[in-house]
Amino acid sequence: MFSWIKTVASQPLYLVAVLLGAGLVVLGWVLGYRRTRGAARSRLVLFTAVVLVLAGGFYFTHVQPLLGMVNLGLDLQGGIHVVMEGVDTPERPVTEEGMRKVVEVIRRRVDGMGVTEPIIQRQGARRIIVELPGIKNPDQAVQLIGRTAVLAFKDPEGNTVVTGDDLLSADAQVGPGGEYVVALKFKGEGARRFADATTKFVGQQIAIYLDEELVQSPVVQGPIPTGEAIIRGYDTYEEAKRVAAVLTSGALPVKLQIVENRTVSATLGSDSIARSKVAAAVAVTLILLFLIVHYRVPGLVAAFALGIYALLFLGALVVLDATLTLPGIAGVLLGMGMAVDANIIIFERVREELRTGRTARSAIDTGFAHSLRTIIDSNVTTIIAAVVLYYFGTGPIRGFAVTLLVGVAATVVTGVFITRYLLRLVMDSALFGNVRALWGLKG
Amino acid sequence: MYRIDFIGRARLWMSISLALVVVGIASMVVGMATGRGALNFGIDFTGGTILDLKFEQPVDLGRVRNVVLGQGLGEAVIQQDQTDPRVVLIRTRSLTPEARDALLGALEKDLGRHTVLRVEDVHGVIARNLIMQAVLAVLIALVGILIYLAFRFEHRFGVAAVLALFHDAIIVLGAFALFRVEVGAPFVAAVLTIVGYSVMDTVVVFDRIRENLKLKQRGQSFADVANLSINQVVGRSIKTSLTVFFAVMAVLLFGGKTTRDFALALAIGVISGTYSSIFIASPIWVWWREREERARRRAAEPTRLRPAEGGRLRPAPATRPASAGGWPAEGTRQAVAGGRPAAGKKRGGKRKRKKR
Repeated sequence: MFSWIKTVASQPLYLVAVLLGAGLVVLGWVLGYRRTRGAARSRLVLFTAVVLVLAGGFYFTHVQPLLGMVNLGLDLQGGIHVVMEGVDTPERPVTEEGMRKVVEVIRRRVDGMGVTEPIIQRQGARRIIVELPGIKNPDQAVQLIGRTAVLAFKDPEGNTVVTGDDLLSADAQVGPGGEYVVALKFKGEGARRFADATTKFVGQQIAIYLDEELVQSPVVQGPIPTGEAIIRGYDTYEEAKRVAAVLTSGALPVKLQIVENRTVSATLGSDSIARSKVAAAVAVTLILLFLIVHYRVPGLVAAFALGIYALLFLGALVVLDATLTLPGIAGVLLGMGMAVDANIIIFERVREELRTGRTARSAIDTGFAHSLRTIIDSNVTTIIAAVVLYYFGTGPIRGFAVTLLVGVAATVVTGVFITRYLLRLVMDSALFGNVRALWGLKG
Repeated sequence: MYRIDFIGRARLWMSISLALVVVGIASMVVGMATGRGALNFGIDFTGGTILDLKFEQPVDLGRVRNVVLGQGLGEAVIQQDQTDPRVVLIRTRSLTPEARDALLGALEKDLGRHTVLRVEDVHGVIARNLIMQAVLAVLIALVGILIYLAFRFEHRFGVAAVLALFHDAIIVLGAFALFRVEVGAPFVAAVLTIVGYSVMDTVVVFDRIRENLKLKQRGQSFADVANLSINQVVGRSIKTSLTVFFAVMAVLLFGGKTTRDFALALAIGVISGTYSSIFIASPIWVWWREREERARRRAAEPTRLRPAEGGRLRPAPATRPASAGGWPAEGTRQAVAGGRPAAGKKRGGKRKRKKR
């Protein structure tokens, strides 16, 4: 995020120049601040605030886009969400122990696929949720995760030499000479049978089947008496890893049934993002237009505060490591509409106070004080709904609940504190002439 | 003092709402009776498979249907995307991976290459879970909000607000039932959001009523206070809803089909929420307060009339002041019922308030 700081810090000359420059700016600002009073000082602060927010806005949209740092949900970047349920069979009833093993096996299979940020979690006694974002070949992945694999090494005569039960481990490794290999370890009886087979069939192929499906048939290059073998000849490390994962998967201790499968292609995901951008642009434009046309200068202040709201909001999502989903985007926009609500409640109240003949400053203060309770009351109910939603929802719905919650928090902060401060500055700066006219009142 | 008499026409608003609620509930009942389900439940609730496919060429829906029929999936729902004729959505009962591959293979053979945009498969077990969870979630949210409001305001405000948002939820459900719009898991989120948001407008109105209540003068009725308050805040209520409505409409019109129904539910909920805080919640509160006020008065009067020790009970109406606080004289049954306030309180509500 702040890689440029490192660049600057590593070059003494740059560092000195930057520090000097920053020092000069700060010094100049402090001098200016001390020399000015009243309206001029307010103008200085206001100007600084505007510059800082604009600079921040530019930085976090163009240089280091906050949006790019937010995790995208499965529905936005494509991926799979699978829920599997353990099913009792006469030989293998569902047990806690078995389910725990299943999670382990699935984790290994998923790790073998090289997915970034997979989610594998238990849900209740019998279910496992697996979420794999950004996966290229969803169907294959679903099959790989859920299959109750029967692994068999067969000799050229078709006899099963060893099965998944005999396999201790299978790992991708970088072998001597930098080639990619899969290292196998067999245990006990299996190791002995494997030794016999490799002795007998030197120069021939031993076929590896997973659920009767041929995975690979490596050629035996020599007898393997120790129970430790390697399969060579992979072009990439990923390929070796994939095969290792397939082999490790062995037989799952519990039979699994896929009870829910949601797959979104990356195409649809990026299409959704594009549409959401349009929707967001339209929503923001309408809201800003309404604010500025209807409330003039205070509206402009609110519009400005809305910019801060957006930065705060995205920042919070990044810090919380939250995931933005499609309904979540709707939540963002909804939150924006609600953030403006706070401003409207306040502005209307301030107007009302002004009509009763208060001075501008006291009207703003009483207006805000009176509105604060209303705003908090009205937002608490949304928080209640969002918390319930978070608790009961899964996936995208949960994403929506999170954005709604973050939105409400950002609303209160910007709507109540930031707008108030900015409004005071604007009034004190006397930039826009008569205060009453500024609020759209006569005289 | 105020311009529009919102409370005076309460019966009209109530009738309108009641009519809408009845239409909504009726469509749910009709749906159930005809075996289509109260709402047009999507696969999240019923279980099933959705395939969202994009062909390379625009396709003929009839041919897609034939292929689907050929796979023995007569009950399937097939839709073509309104904006892109290459995109087809097929909704069937829950398919096994093999059945799904067979269907996709047949489609490819007959209609050419396609990419699978989205696959959703939900089993019945999961779907049944969701219904329970959805109902539970909405109930918990309602109770939470009721408790909060009762704690922050008073129980009358709390109950009135919750009745109003119940109204909003039913209006949204009814609209979805009437127009058979598909209902999925996001719909639950929308309803919960409406439940949370709809209270917002009500809180704005009630806050003002509470404030004006402190300034209430002797001649003022509760209806007057409510009317004054609504007149003071109706502008901002509409404006706050408007901005949210902008956001929701933007999602509805431009957000794509995945969020369209979600936004639709929110849009209806936002409108209904604004309406109900003014036309439902406030009259309920007024009606309740006035009913209690009447009961209180009635309770107070017999006490005054209670004769000295050893005396006999005299009929109350004869001595009753004609204009107690500007209210039409009440019947006498409760008033003489032994001077027990509770008796009068219970039955007073059935009485109709005369129009002034």
